[in-house]
Amino acid sequence: MASPAIATDRPLAVAILAMGGQGGGVLADWIVAMAEGAGWVAQSTSVPGVAQRTGATIYYVELIRARDGAHPILSLLPVPGDVDVVIAAELMEAGRAIQRGLVSPDRTTLIASSHRALAVPEKAAPGDGITDPTDVLTAANGLSARFLCADMQYLAERAGSVISASLFGALAGSAALPFPRAAFEDTIRASGIAVAASLRAFAAGFDAIEAPEIVPPKPTPPPAPIFGREQDRAALDRALERIATFPAEARAMLRTGLARVIDYQDVAYGHEYLDRLDTLRPLPDAALSEAARFVAVALAYDDVIRVADLKTRASRFDRVRREVAARPDQLVSTVEFMHPRVDEVCGTLPRRLGAFIEGSPMLVRALRSVVDHGRRMRTTSVAGFLPLWLIAGLRRWRRALLRHEREMAHVEAWLTVVRHHMNHDPALALEVLKCRRLVKGYSDTHMRGQSKFDRVIGAIPLLAGRADTADWVRRLRDAALVDEAGVALEGALATVRTLDA
Amino acid sequence: MAERSFAREVQDLKLAVGEEFRGEGILAVTKALLQSGVGYVAGYQGAPISHLMDVLSDAQGIMSDLGVHFEFSASEAAAASTLAASVMYPIRGAVTWKSTAGTNVASDALSNLSSGGVTGGALIVIGEDYGEGSSIMQERTHAFAMKSQIWLLDPRPNLPSIVAAVEHGFALSEASNTPVMLELRIRACHVHGSFICKDNQKPTYTLAEALENPVTDVNRIVLPPASFMHEQDKIKRRWPAAVEYIRRNGLNETFDGDIADLGIILQGGMYNGVLRALKLFGLADIWGNTRVPLHVLNVTYPLIDEDLAAFCRGKRAVLMVEEGQPDFIEQALNAILRRAGVDTALCGKDVLPMAGEYTADALIDGLGKFLDRHAPELDRARPPSAAPVLSDPRVQALARTVPARPPSFCTGCPERPIFSAMTLVQKELGAHHIACDIGCHLFAINPPFNLGATTMGYGLGPSSASAFNVPARKRAISVMGDGGFWHNGLVTGIGNAVFNKSDAVTVIVDNHYSAATGGQDILSSRATSPDRSTQHPIEDAVRGIGATWVKRIDRTYDVAKMRDTLRLALTTAVRGPKIVIASSECMLNKQRRERPLFNAAVKRGERRVKPKFGIDEDVCTGDHACIRLSGCPSLSVKRSDDPLKLDPVAVIDETCVGCGNCGEVAEAAVLCPSFYRADVVHNPNAMDRLLDRVRTRVIGWLQRRREAGRVALA
Repeated sequence: MASPAIATDRPLAVAILAMGGQGGGVLADWIVAMAEGAGWVAQSTSVPGVAQRTGATIYYVELIRARDGAHPILSLLPVPGDVDVVIAAELMEAGRAIQRGLVSPDRTTLIASSHRALAVPEKAAPGDGITDPTDVLTAANGLSARFLCADMQYLAERAGSVISASLFGALAGSAALPFPRAAFEDTIRASGIAVAASLRAFAAGFDAIEAPEIVPPKPTPPPAPIFGREQDRAALDRALERIATFPAEARAMLRTGLARVIDYQDVAYGHEYLDRLDTLRPLPDAALSEAARFVAVALAYDDVIRVADLKTRASRFDRVRREVAARPDQLVSTVEFMHPRVDEVCGTLPRRLGAFIEGSPMLVRALRSVVDHGRRMRTTSVAGFLPLWLIAGLRRWRRALLRHEREMAHVEAWLTVVRHHMNHDPALALEVLKCRRLVKGYSDTHMRGQSKFDRVIGAIPLLAGRADTADWVRRLRDAALVDEAGVALEGALATVRTLDA
Repeated sequence: MAERSFAREVQDLKLAVGEEFRGEGILAVTKALLQSGVGYVAGYQGAPISHLMDVLSDAQGIMSDLGVHFEFSASEAAAASTLAASVMYPIRGAVTWKSTAGTNVASDALSNLSSGGVTGGALIVIGEDYGEGSSIMQERTHAFAMKSQIWLLDPRPNLPSIVAAVEHGFALSEASNTPVMLELRIRACHVHGSFICKDNQKPTYTLAEALENPVTDVNRIVLPPASFMHEQDKIKRRWPAAVEYIRRNGLNETFDGDIADLGIILQGGMYNGVLRALKLFGLADIWGNTRVPLHVLNVTYPLIDEDLAAFCRGKRAVLMVEEGQPDFIEQALNAILRRAGVDTALCGKDVLPMAGEYTADALIDGLGKFLDRHAPELDRARPPSAAPVLSDPRVQALARTVPARPPSFCTGCPERPIFSAMTLVQKELGAHHIACDIGCHLFAINPPFNLGATTMGYGLGPSSASAFNVPARKRAISVMGDGGFWHNGLVTGIGNAVFNKSDAVTVIVDNHYSAATGGQDILSSRATSPDRSTQHPIEDAVRGIGATWVKRIDRTYDVAKMRDTLRLALTTAVRGPKIVIASSECMLNKQRRERPLFNAAVKRGERRVKPKFGIDEDVCTGDHACIRLSGCPSLSVKRSDDPLKLDPVAVIDETCVGCGNCGEVAEAAVLCPSFYRADVVHNPNAMDRLLDRVRTRVIGWLQRRREAGRVALA
């Protein structure tokens, strides 16, 4: 038989990668409705299933200008290397699109929201588990025909809408589909749901692609004016003069650290902070800056007084209102979730009394039955605020409390190790300083952190005399931040033990 | 109440002859059923056919006007049994479920149904949950068709073909006295398209008429000697009758092409994919013209030997495109060609993958190999390929950057605190064997919980732990949802445990719906429904079947209570099964119901309080213990502005629904005091404002007093 006339026209292919709940289906429906409205034939498919419960999912749309009396056969699956527009509703999803081969340098307009929705493992790491997105940006820039990227989530939120609307705007702005802006907007109007907000977000998305909004880098805040009582001023000025005697590279961190410990306790505490740093002056400049950071963190340890202080400040009340986006005509009341334990109570007692109670199992039991349970305190009511305010006021006696004694002993032991190594192995001294990062959290978390810290520091004698001791301490610290139970740390420690054998 | 309202789609069911229906494939099926004069529809929900059930459920008015009976069946077995109404009476019936999970459950009834045969058309609409997006084991429904002699339709994935398959399915069933399965793949279920409608038909013979004029025939019952007769009847009469109907009505389609010495035989569902692959080789176009002849099996069982032999005869080579394993059709085709003495070379799974979805890549690759082997001289285009991009080092680097994103519990999900509590209990008592079930609760196997050892099927959580009924220092824990419980878990799980004096712990997750499938009502749903009887407590059922140690927790967010109850269940000296019923409404459904009411009330000026959780950034130390006990999508981390903090701090975003889990976990696990709940009072009344003024004045005075003594340096 004769060869049939094989037409060469091809449909436009659009793939949308989204997470369940992001409205990828709405976006696909809008594209279909717009195309049909313009006399095109459109076909969309999706595989929602369980992926709609927060998982990654893909919607696929093909569009072709209609022909009289003919029905196009459109694909239900994207063809890798043959997709015109890829829309990623999150930055890593753009990476996933590239991995699936949907993005090609000769064809694909890649529109991505630059915001991150962190995956659970990124969030759950005890340390910093956030993935560096540079790989995705590099691949997206290098391997797409056009890469258009802006924070569509932020633009949508600012417009009181959702990301599907700002992405639809970005699609319009990209001019990747042969439909005018009005056709997009009419589609939103025809949907009849939250039209005004959707159109605002649409416009924001459109403009972000047309003329990317350059977000200026946050200006570094100018040093705030110093205020306080007259008698403190002189001491404060002296502290600032002391900072000026340190190497220039360390001064910014010293100032931050000083501000923290003064805010934590008082100006005298600031001087104690600088006294400790004085003993670390032999460290190289960069290490001294790290020392300024970690000594401040160690001195401003998280205790009951600190928490009560932070929770009762006026600035905190304002911040909560901002965070919950309360309008001026709305009232906000705040409930805190506290679970004090015997440890915290004893730590907040004068050192002898605290230690005495801790030494008596009977007293501990009695105290536990009284204090050790969850408490909810409404800090916006006087009855809830006052106890916390009073606890915050214990600050002036903090130096006499049991917890303070223990913390200072721990700090001293730590800095002794630092000082011991800072002359012959400054790199090791720096790594020991950085181990302070392991000590954080409250109650069990704090104990676990301290135990990891102690195990890492305790391994140093095993590594003594090696040229790469500092490297090993860094490795141990990184391992300690991988998982909560310390499995990775134990593995690393086992390796360290075999090193010596 | 289902997760999604289909009020608009229901209107489409009323479309009259000549009008255009636009929408999803699975919704086109609902309209096609009504056009076919169906007398009753039943089924069990599950992706990808949930929408079919939901639309019909929302369309009670239209259904009763037409005299069509609709049921949410208790299980696929119940749905399949419903087709018994078509055994003796000329009533068309349709049932639906996801396959192969549902077909497994239904197969007892299906075997009996297909043995005795049917009088009225019996159609089984199968959502073939295979390939990307599937949530179940990767198997084929095809095997069930072959073993029971049920005919299997696999129409081309466009709405007119799907609608025609429904209509022919009933007629084929009646012509051959055999039930017919209509297989729709996931994407075909969700494909958006259009077709021209016909008028709806009332059933010609009603269920009421049947009830009032009962007919019996012992020969239709599966018992010897009739059962032996049935087998012969299937082969000698029903099969040829089916072949006759399929050929006469041209259910399978042949598309001619000028390259007559090649050919492709394909399942109907593969048509769009195959055509796209051909187009990319320059051998077909978007409008359906092809140069390589195609034989499309819209009926994949039975095969029509004569037609297949005729298509292949005289060709150099034919490619069989058959998705899934094993290669049932290809094997049969080889036998057919051999018997017919046709020596055409047959390719299939030798160039295409034996297992896995036939993606665009797989089809292009397989077709390319077929052409290389059998038509190397053919002038063809080079299809696009992602291979160069994928081998780029910049793409390979993404493997360590792009995170896996498995499904998880939604924001505010009431099941999350159950697994937070289970995690806390295991920290005290050590790891336990945890038998899982099917449902949202299965997401606990993923991070951050990583809880669960096995899953054996819907409602089979407790019975899958039944072997561990031996003296040991630990007890097995099993988890089952309310959906699985009513599906069969009451008997196979709880009844089995009671009868065998099991000592294991069973947690029944009661979220008031069959939530994972889209929030359909079940027996224990709290809502009142005009069409169903609900509000039957799970506790009554388990006590009724003989369980005595039963604890019910009516607010799963109470993590401490949940933890203490689980600990008690695992340690109590009481013998016999320990049942913990953990009840709280699915948050997705709750929000969908309550949010519009809340917003409307606020708009009317009524006082309403909305809770939202937050984290004091300066109190958070960046350990993320809270996330390891929660994993809530609204609880995330961000880099701190504080230069002293190297690790990211926790943050709660604007999607928080204020379920309370964060605070409860922080309290129960003694985590940290960073969490707070902010109750935002909309439209505060005079009393609120007065109280607020007094409080602000007192607290403000105390705050100013403290600030005055503070020295600040920033």
